[in-house]
Amino acid sequence: MTIRIVHYINQFFAGIGGEEKADHRPEVREGAVGPGIAFQQAFGEEAEIVATVICGDTYFNENIAAATDEVIGMMENYRPDLVICGPAFNAGRYGIACGAVAEAVVDRLVIPAVSGMYPENPGVDMYKKAVYIIETSNSAAGMRKAVAPMVRLALKLARGEKTGSPEEEGYIPRGIRQNQFAAERGSKRAVEMLLKKLKGEEYTTEYQMPVFDRVTPGAAVKDIKKAKIALVSSGGPVPKGNPDRIESSSASKFGRYSLQGIDDLNPENSETAHGGYDPVYANEDLDRVLPVDVLKEMEKAGEIGSLHEYWYATVGNGTSVANARRFAVEIVKELTAAGVDAVILTST
Amino acid sequence: MVHMCTVVPISLTVGANRIVPAVAIPHPLGNPSLNRDDEKKLRRKLVEKALNALQTEVSGQTVFE
Repeated sequence: MTIRIVHYINQFFAGIGGEEKADHRPEVREGAVGPGIAFQQAFGEEAEIVATVICGDTYFNENIAAATDEVIGMMENYRPDLVICGPAFNAGRYGIACGAVAEAVVDRLVIPAVSGMYPENPGVDMYKKAVYIIETSNSAAGMRKAVAPMVRLALKLARGEKTGSPEEEGYIPRGIRQNQFAAERGSKRAVEMLLKKLKGEEYTTEYQMPVFDRVTPGAAVKDIKKAKIALVSSGGPVPKGNPDRIESSSASKFGRYSLQGIDDLNPENSETAHGGYDPVYANEDLDRVLPVDVLKEMEKAGEIGSLHEYWYATVGNGTSVANARRFAVEIVKELTAAGVDAVILTST
Repeated sequence: MVHMCTVVPISLTVGANRIVPAVAIPHPLGNPSLNRDDEKKLRRKLVEKALNALQTEVSGQTVFE
């Protein structure tokens, strides 16, 4: 039986127009349109593009919920087995539309969807976990190269076949981990990888590290003698008894603690909640993690303007980047509101 | 912001712009093998280094050795 496919594209690829037509409302046409023709050729007899849904990128992004409903409604009438979205290359609004449509297809029509995007398309970060996104080049010049892996993955999904790893299939990693049997044990694989690395040879990591973002450095403090300094730490420094029960690993929260009346951290008033390093030294004298004693002296001597009344602490032990980012946003908001000029962040 | 940490490559990886290398992972701002006074002097020196980093304009990631 021929697999029934519905294709989602934007106003540009449908030949309706560019930015001036980006408010185009959703419409449906029978058969393949624009890039759909290349997809149809690649599918051959295996699958048929029965319809193409077209929507302007601006209309979609300004009305995501309503546009998704309209698009899904149109698709449903054609009883598809699978939906293809895009590819959107590096077009941001198109990528978001493709991702949103693909996610809704999977959720509501309960059929697979495949899209294609350039890794830096904002649609990737938003939807890579929900849907398969084949990695493409950043412009439509890469259409031919994008079609083959999209078609191959689409056919596998439509037939309910097992899909391979992101590298094998060419899709952007979705953050899904699967158990598998390896020929060699982990220690041997690790040493072999290390040797390759030392020799400058190519090797493939078994656990990709997340990509971290960069920020522009803040301006220098003009007059430290007038500055209000705050202490923040990922080393888990907390008041004795860990009142907020910050987790010893994979922290889900941070704490804010008052320094009022504290000139020195000691085993009576403080401890570490961190489970990722030997806590003996920190629990003996937590100034070793959070230099409260020195900064209080400097405050009294007028070497700094003041030490902010609160310190902020979390445990940076297996803590997800997403959580860390959330903590940072909240902490910075409070510090800014409190008129803090500069932060000393300590890590263990 | 200045980041005081022992494993400088991690600090560089996560994107800190002002970095002051610290003593050791379990006691970044202390050294239990020293006597109390010397340990506090060491801590004060590190904090002074951090305050100096905060007062220094940087255009990218900078390690204050």
